[in-house]
Amino acid sequence: MKLRAPQTNASCEESVQGGALILKLSGRLDARSVPELWPSINHAFKKKQIESVTIHGAGISYCDGTGAALLVHVRKSARLLGIDAVFQDLNSDVADLMALFPVKTIARVPEEKGHQWGDLVERIGEAFYVGLVGLGEHVSFLGELVSGLFKTLIQPGRLRVRDLMVIIEAAGPRALPIVGMLGFLIGLIIAFQGAILMKQFGAEIYVADSAGLLMARELGPLITAIIVAGRTGSAFAAEIGTMKVNEEIDAFSTMGLDPVRFLVIPRVLAASVMTPLLSVFAILFGLAGGAVVMLSMGYPLVTYVNRVIEALSPADYLGGLFKALVFGFLVAASGCLCGLRTGDGASAVGTSATRAVVSSIMLIVLADGIFAVLFFYLGI
Amino acid sequence: MSERESIITVNNMTARYGERLVLDSISFGVNRGEIFAILGGSGCGKSTLLKHMIGLYKPAGGDIRIGDASIVNAEGTDRDELIRTFGVMYQSGALFGSMTLLENICLPLEEFTDLGKEARELAACMKLSLVGLAEFAHHMPSEISGGMKKRAAIARAMALDPEILFLDEPSAGLDPVTADELDDLIIQLSRSLGITFVIVTHELPSIYKVADRVIMLDAQTKKIIAEGNPEELKKTSDNEWVRDFFNRKGSAGAKGVEDG
Repeated sequence: MKLRAPQTNASCEESVQGGALILKLSGRLDARSVPELWPSINHAFKKKQIESVTIHGAGISYCDGTGAALLVHVRKSARLLGIDAVFQDLNSDVADLMALFPVKTIARVPEEKGHQWGDLVERIGEAFYVGLVGLGEHVSFLGELVSGLFKTLIQPGRLRVRDLMVIIEAAGPRALPIVGMLGFLIGLIIAFQGAILMKQFGAEIYVADSAGLLMARELGPLITAIIVAGRTGSAFAAEIGTMKVNEEIDAFSTMGLDPVRFLVIPRVLAASVMTPLLSVFAILFGLAGGAVVMLSMGYPLVTYVNRVIEALSPADYLGGLFKALVFGFLVAASGCLCGLRTGDGASAVGTSATRAVVSSIMLIVLADGIFAVLFFYLGI
Repeated sequence: MSERESIITVNNMTARYGERLVLDSISFGVNRGEIFAILGGSGCGKSTLLKHMIGLYKPAGGDIRIGDASIVNAEGTDRDELIRTFGVMYQSGALFGSMTLLENICLPLEEFTDLGKEARELAACMKLSLVGLAEFAHHMPSEISGGMKKRAAIARAMALDPEILFLDEPSAGLDPVTADELDDLIIQLSRSLGITFVIVTHELPSIYKVADRVIMLDAQTKKIIAEGNPEELKKTSDNEWVRDFFNRKGSAGAKGVEDG
């Protein structure tokens, strides 16, 4: 037996005798040849006053599913003209194949429902409803989380320390290189840009003030939180989402164990502790970046350091770290919530991870704005 | 078989996913100590029924009682008490991936008993040896095969010595020999420990081998179309599709779409 039938090109000869359309099909009807034949068959059926359709199939050497689709198409086109197509000399293989597709069962490809105005209203309503439900879920999740955190504070024994340590390691020390590098580069860049500006006034020394303040109050916590959102928040969402898909979350609840306590609390604690620590590094490396710029402009290191110490109050520094703590909490909480709300299937896990990062970054920026106003009125 | 005490009662329960009706007002009971199977083609709501019975979903109507208590509206400590009367083996095993098998089984013991570490680990090891996995106690779930995962999941479901075990498609995705071993295990546990089993399945050999009684769900009517002993149903059911299923003539899986 040959593995492949020889490559004979299929052809379709059409002839019209009186009102009779005769199609002679021959060769190999498969996915390669059918696309060429299809238009010519459509063309043949456009002729006027067709009264009968006959297909001579003696020359068909091979016919697969695509070929069968072509033959069914011929039959359907004839049917549209109110004629039953007659197949002649089909070899037994092709006839058997055609017998699988009786006229009645091959109706047409089911049409997709079009969108209508009523649908639009319904969809807006549904989206709004889903949004409300989502908001409700957020609020109840936050409540569960806070009560869980309180219970953990009262009874630290409830915390699974080993889980916590594993998460802390992944969320903290392993993020050091990227946090350090980004902190350094951003410190360098803002110091450099500041220096160009300040040089016009001969006030380059104040670059130390601006770099120090910016890094400690704003950029240190902010870039750290964004890195944590991208690295850790998405990982939380994906981990918990995968557990959801694997029914592990269901297993927790039918064992009477609270998934928030086992999965969310350790992650939120780890991120809330590690984000301020990481942002300490971001600030330090950022200041080092500033130092490089100052040194290159000929200022001695001691001048820069003294200037930074003078410019930065402990409140600036601690305020920044407090912000980082809140950012870490928000990132972990939204990562875990997105994970717990994962739907079915592998793509749902990806969606959750994406949603976790997007909502984390939005929350970070929003919280940062609130802090800016708050710190202004508090005079910090 | 004589009339026995009913341990689970499902009463006029209706299940829905949003608008879509999945189960329409079905009622049945599971007797204490029997192996009860829920059958039906794909998409007829078997797994949905199971998830309602273990309290993961709330029915749209009707009641489900385990012993004397309803699981539908149970809250707080009542629910916790109720949940501890049964164990669940999920389709994929659902072992916690970050813990070894031993830790997986120790977890419920740690949470709900005052046993010391040594006692917990011994009890967990005994459960593992019951399912023939004692030597894998310190393996992670990712390091063992699919059949082993299912057996380990049974061991974990048994951690607190529940009266009822719910198994969701125990033989799905297993080779016939391993599936057969799992069936032997179910029979052995049922006989020696008197555990009531509720099994969702569509594996015919396994049904004949283990099930004392079955119900069969229908995807079209959303109701129970057969209830009784599988051997008897095979001969005496007045529903043609039911007889076909037990005689494996028709294609049992082609009756509906797969449910989520």
